[in-house]
Amino acid sequence: MTDMVEKIVDSRVTWEGCSVILDINNGDRIVFARLNPSSTLKIGKKVCSLSPLIGCPFGSLFQLECGVNGPYLSRVSRSLTGASKSEDQNDCKTKDNRALVDSNTAQTLSGDDIDVMRREGATGEQIIEALIANSSTFQTKTAFSQEKYILRKQKKYAPTVLLRRPFTRSICEAYFKKLPARIGFLRMDTISLLLSMANVSISLDVLVVDMVGGILTGAAAERLGGTGYVCNTHLGTKQYPMDIVGIFNFDKAISSRIVRSSLSDLHLAKKSSEAHISNENLHSMKLLGNDGHSLESSNGPISIVKESLVQEENSSHQCSSTTLSSESEQSTSMDLDTCFKKCSNSVDENKDPSSLKVSKSLKPGRQASEEEIKLWKENGFTSLIVAAPELDPWNAIQELLPLLSYSAPFAIYHHYLQPLAICMHNLQVKQMAIGLQISEPWLREYQVLPSRTHPQMQMNSFGGYILSGTRVFNSESEQGST
Amino acid sequence: MMLAINPSDKKTFQRHISEGDLVIVYERHDSMKAIKVQDGSELQNRFGVFKHSDWIGKPFGSKVFNQKGKFVYLLAPTPELWTLVLSHRTQILYIADISFVISFLEIVPGCVVLESGTGSGSLTTSLARAVAPTGHVYTFDFHEPRAASAREDFEKIGMSQLITVNVRDIQGEGFPEKFEGTIDSVFLDLPQPWLAIPSAGKMLKQDGVICSFSPCIEQVQRSCEALRSSNFTDIRTFEILLRTYEVRGGKEGLGTIEEGDFVGSLPRKRPYSNGHSSNVVRETASCVVARPCSESRGHTGYLTFARFCLTI
Repeated sequence: MTDMVEKIVDSRVTWEGCSVILDINNGDRIVFARLNPSSTLKIGKKVCSLSPLIGCPFGSLFQLECGVNGPYLSRVSRSLTGASKSEDQNDCKTKDNRALVDSNTAQTLSGDDIDVMRREGATGEQIIEALIANSSTFQTKTAFSQEKYILRKQKKYAPTVLLRRPFTRSICEAYFKKLPARIGFLRMDTISLLLSMANVSISLDVLVVDMVGGILTGAAAERLGGTGYVCNTHLGTKQYPMDIVGIFNFDKAISSRIVRSSLSDLHLAKKSSEAHISNENLHSMKLLGNDGHSLESSNGPISIVKESLVQEENSSHQCSSTTLSSESEQSTSMDLDTCFKKCSNSVDENKDPSSLKVSKSLKPGRQASEEEIKLWKENGFTSLIVAAPELDPWNAIQELLPLLSYSAPFAIYHHYLQPLAICMHNLQVKQMAIGLQISEPWLREYQVLPSRTHPQMQMNSFGGYILSGTRVFNSESEQGST
Repeated sequence: MMLAINPSDKKTFQRHISEGDLVIVYERHDSMKAIKVQDGSELQNRFGVFKHSDWIGKPFGSKVFNQKGKFVYLLAPTPELWTLVLSHRTQILYIADISFVISFLEIVPGCVVLESGTGSGSLTTSLARAVAPTGHVYTFDFHEPRAASAREDFEKIGMSQLITVNVRDIQGEGFPEKFEGTIDSVFLDLPQPWLAIPSAGKMLKQDGVICSFSPCIEQVQRSCEALRSSNFTDIRTFEILLRTYEVRGGKEGLGTIEEGDFVGSLPRKRPYSNGHSSNVVRETASCVVARPCSESRGHTGYLTFARFCLTI
């Protein structure tokens, strides 16, 4: 296990086939991609290869340049695009914008002039320098204003691509910024609270109800580090999509610990569970087997697959009132790709559904085996996290709590206060749990710059509600495990 | 004990309370104690006397009674519960800050983490949980007695193989050179963190993350300047708070305060949560209402995060 764990931690350098997050122009656009030699990225109208990124450390910065053979990404030092480190404080006192008139006549270089420069091979930086030199108002601007000007020009003429490591933090922030409905509006601080309140740590068996695209399952698996289990369960017969798990660079040890099982299977005695498991497999393969590409094996020209909206609508349980904004965003520059569908793997194993329950498949999301289910029935899960904004918490918890061992903590995330309040009240009355608390996380980011420190102007004001507590053993109302 | 490093420590239906176990005695939502179970010992609290021998053999999570018919719950320790019961030798970090720090520092099993100062060890416990079983937390405090108390605590909760406590003045001397380039994450809770930031930069691997916790904005400003000059990027500062809610339910709902019961996280005159006054299991209420608690924390500190970047 040591080797497995070390690999994750030491993987601060990209490798061929790894999953990455590309941050274009400082957060303007975020792309999930895989670094295959043939992968490409489109910025504006230019398409460039991603192969220069293979073998680079995460955190490296690249700039789009126009070369003889077409656009390419070249690695640059990060200080180039950062704000100038030594601000001239005196400038702020003597300069202001009283004389600045926005008449669009300040720049003397025309668009054609710039095109000529480009064709002659000028780098983005040179173009920006030329723009500054030919601007009649640049020198009159304050230092802060000049910084903003340079940043704007850089985004247009020398776009940058930052290579980020996929982790719960970066994946959550990417989705939350661009397509929050996909992750049920789970904010980073909320996910962290859920993991802490449920005491997710090594060797534990965590039961999750994940209707937020798989990010919760992935986050829990990350904390388990290849030990214990994350059992992704679903009420009813339809599995909830778990695509986001594929974006994490999980190795075999961790992936093999992510399993699925329906709630009814977990409750049933082992004899009848066999029949259910094979039915589940057939169903899940139909649902997910249509659109995916097997990215590990394909060497096709384009390995960035667009999100399959049709599939999502079939199986997602998104709240209808919240998907509107995300869909309108999708048509613009946001392109969060979910190219890591696990269907690619289930397609391979399509031949023999019954073999799935015996073979220990190493891909995340394999069906839980009989032995595993039996073990959980005997020992109980050591924690429970529910992130199912569409389900009523009290109805859900009634079925889930009996599967938890005593003194096991649980955390339930929900968008609405009232259902959680009712759930909390009922748990209290029936003495099923103690230490109950409903919390709402509040997160505020600050801009900290010399003479310009203040909370950021934009703020997200809703991270959801969390009901947390600990299951107790009450011999008056229960006879052992139900 | 707190962590299931040994399979036998895992808290399951099968695992019962034994001699030498650490349990968290839950009296009320705002009153808990950490007790080591010893046959022959007794717990004396507001409800009376409880014999440890009555506890041995029962599952964690049990409700145990004393001779007067009063009860408490016995819970398995977790870092969250530990934070609520540990003795405060310094101001501690609470769950909202702790959980955010662990996630934002990208700590996973196998990571090596540096922390200064140790303080009461509240965060250290959660850090250790996150790096187990193959990682390690090296924590430094310049106050010798506090370091010793922390060491004792970690021993008590069974985490000492994951945590090394050292006495060292990080602001004055920086972190030990032997860690250079090997560290995944650094956490600073110091009065003048900018003095420690250059050293922290030397310790971190490429793309490693640092976090500095400071109550005052002036400290944050100076820290950010120091971060900018020491090859750090993605510098971000946050504050995080938890707002809690109280829930009330009753047959008649609002209006008849006598019938209604308070269920909440703040101490109330009538502790509904333990129901000592009545053993009757009430029906689920037809009207449940919730509102934010009126008392809450206004500020703990600012959390500043940054990534170390070698490519500058």
